[in-house]
Amino acid sequence: MVLDYPLIWGFLIAVAIFIYVVLDGFDLGIGILYPTTKDDEERTLMMNTVAPVWDGNETWLILGGGGLFAVFPLAYSVIMPALYMPIIMMLIGLIFRGVAFEYRFKASAERRYIWDFSFFAGSVLAALSQGIALGALIEGITVEDRAYAGGWFDWLSPFSIATGLALISGYALLGSTWLIMKLEGKPQQHFRRVARPCALILLGFIVLVSVWMPFIDPDAMKLYFTAPFIYYTVPVPVLVAALAFVIWQGINNPISHARAFVSTLLLFLVTYIGLGISIYPDVVPHRFSIWEAAAPDSSLKFLLVGAVVLIPLILAYTAYSYWVFRGKVRSGEGYH
Amino acid sequence: MDSLAVDLARFQFAFTVSFHIIFPAFSIGLASYLAVLEGMWLWTGKDVYIRLFKFWLKIFAVAFGMGVVSGIVLTYQFGTNWSVFSDKTGPVLGPVIGYEVLTAFFLEAGFLGIMLFGLNRVGKHLHFMATLIVAFGTALSAFWILSVNSWMQTPVGFSMNEAGQFIPEDWWEIIFNPSFPYRLVHMLLAAYLTTAFVIGAVGAYHLLKDYANRGAQIMFSMALWLILFVTPIQMFAGDLHGLNTLEHQPAKIAAMEGHFENQAPAPLILFGWPDMEKGETLYKIEVPYLSSIILTHTLDGEVPGLKSFPREDWPNATIVFISFRVMVGIGFLMLLVALWSVYERYRDNLYDAKGLQRAVLIMGPSGFVAVLAGWITTEVGRQPFTVYGLLRTADSVSPVDAPAVATSLAVFIIVYFAVFGVGVFYILRAMGQSPDVGEGPEEGIPTRTAGITPVQALQNQSGGENDGS
Repeated sequence: MVLDYPLIWGFLIAVAIFIYVVLDGFDLGIGILYPTTKDDEERTLMMNTVAPVWDGNETWLILGGGGLFAVFPLAYSVIMPALYMPIIMMLIGLIFRGVAFEYRFKASAERRYIWDFSFFAGSVLAALSQGIALGALIEGITVEDRAYAGGWFDWLSPFSIATGLALISGYALLGSTWLIMKLEGKPQQHFRRVARPCALILLGFIVLVSVWMPFIDPDAMKLYFTAPFIYYTVPVPVLVAALAFVIWQGINNPISHARAFVSTLLLFLVTYIGLGISIYPDVVPHRFSIWEAAAPDSSLKFLLVGAVVLIPLILAYTAYSYWVFRGKVRSGEGYH
Repeated sequence: MDSLAVDLARFQFAFTVSFHIIFPAFSIGLASYLAVLEGMWLWTGKDVYIRLFKFWLKIFAVAFGMGVVSGIVLTYQFGTNWSVFSDKTGPVLGPVIGYEVLTAFFLEAGFLGIMLFGLNRVGKHLHFMATLIVAFGTALSAFWILSVNSWMQTPVGFSMNEAGQFIPEDWWEIIFNPSFPYRLVHMLLAAYLTTAFVIGAVGAYHLLKDYANRGAQIMFSMALWLILFVTPIQMFAGDLHGLNTLEHQPAKIAAMEGHFENQAPAPLILFGWPDMEKGETLYKIEVPYLSSIILTHTLDGEVPGLKSFPREDWPNATIVFISFRVMVGIGFLMLLVALWSVYERYRDNLYDAKGLQRAVLIMGPSGFVAVLAGWITTEVGRQPFTVYGLLRTADSVSPVDAPAVATSLAVFIIVYFAVFGVGVFYILRAMGQSPDVGEGPEEGIPTRTAGITPVQALQNQSGGENDGS
């Protein structure tokens, strides 16, 4: 049987990136929301909701980067130099927020604000850079032969800034709805209040970026409104509106705990699929398709054999870890 | 690419990878040590082991966190700064790194949370499993990444396509390339030795303050046992690794030895200054025949000199020569410590041997220095290639403007020193706290609920009497 290995891998990488976005999305969201409370106890609670799992969540980012290197080396070697500055900013951001998980509890009480700020600023920087990278990719990058041929500030544009801010608000909504699910009592109330503006801002950005997209990429416009894609494009706004309604209810209804978070995940999924449709079949938008950028089948096959066995296994023990740390997070837990 | 951009990119990679390797070198060894401590606790039921476990777990958490965040930088830096290298080697190296992520990184990260926070939730035995899995994951990660590095040193099992990419032909050959087994063993042993010296130094520090500190005694003794057995094995492994390098990368050996001319018999240059301009080693102190004996195991075997290779293929002999001597010199000092410990043990004076304890304390960071020196030797010795003999470093670099690289390099330097400097400070402070004070009941008291520390125990920590609760 002849399998289309580049297509399978394109799908798998897309899935890995999506898992990263939603998992690290709520981690980063929590960092982004750190300034919404001054209460040290509450901040400790917020961090403890993700402390056991953040490292696993971030590993999906390594799979995204490492996977791109492995199966689409041409795409990896064109995209990374093109997005040099946003990638470096993201890495620096991830350092500042990553070390805060431990440092915060090692610092003396009067120094703790430094690592609270590091957690916040690192999360914002990482989210912003990821959004900017996405926007810059959609806009297209300059390529000659097999290499990036643009300058080192090509990524900066009004559109990429907009997608950067959009992602910050998206992560903030994921973070606040996660906290509604994982906390109880007063802190939960607090994040119900915080989640509302996050939801409204995110919806605003979704509308803005959706309207902007066709101007950036006329092809997408054509694509959206011709068969067979029109069958996908028409339901997307309807789904987004429906999910927005459910999220809103979940935030406000005091007996809902998980609903807002789960429907926010679905909202991410719907917009991600919409994005995927408009980029497909390219891996470097407007430039290299997944088949052009793919490594030879011998590479793809070799890694696929492992992935087929290992990814379900990873999902299983990741789920186990979430199961171990299920339920509401209360004060006084954690090893610190 | 202009040479400034290449140099900046090289310096940035050298800087970030050097900083990074410090953390895994420590966490590979420490994860195994934690597994041993927890295993001892479960086996003997003595609380001193769980106390030591918790003592080192806090340190492990900080070191591991720094390793994670500094490691992500590397995953992306292949692409940001070495995009041509990535495009060409991706089909071969990418899947091997992919296996590292799928088999090792997820495993470590997935069970780290349970290891750090889960003792009360999953119980002792499942928690021990988690610790074992994390320890296994750290070693497995070393397996894959050293395979990747070794392939860059001794590339085999590939063909080339018209785009100039390396195309995998035989995965077994690629993964188990000729230098890989030697490099893997050498690095894993180095990680264990490095960790043993850190643990020994912390033990020594507390023993110097109080020789009856039970936790410190155990640490000190365990570390020295490991040092005693592993140091000679490491020297033997290093020797085999050197012979392997002579076979596959003779120019690197020539640089390590400071030989510019082919010689038979070849003397061993103990000290000197290889001058790349003049093409000779200045101020040298030699031992006749010894280089031939070490490298060829005969009295008058021929040892290659750099001049038998094209000038443009020379690695920087000055750096390689010095870094190699630093590594080997530390190795001999470690052996000295190992022998000294045997003497003090024989005299039954290990816990009160102030001289030995001071020596181990001073040698605490020596493993890190040796690891860095060793990596500098092998990586600078691979130059001027990224894939040895096939892809030049100057042809591997990204088309990124020099100012961009200069900016990122400056940011990395500032952030790494600030952020990781603080982390090291927190680690040192945690090490400075006595492993015997504070948490946990005294030895001999059966453990009640796993990991939960009864407050009453704090009150009789010095007396060691059963609090009866």
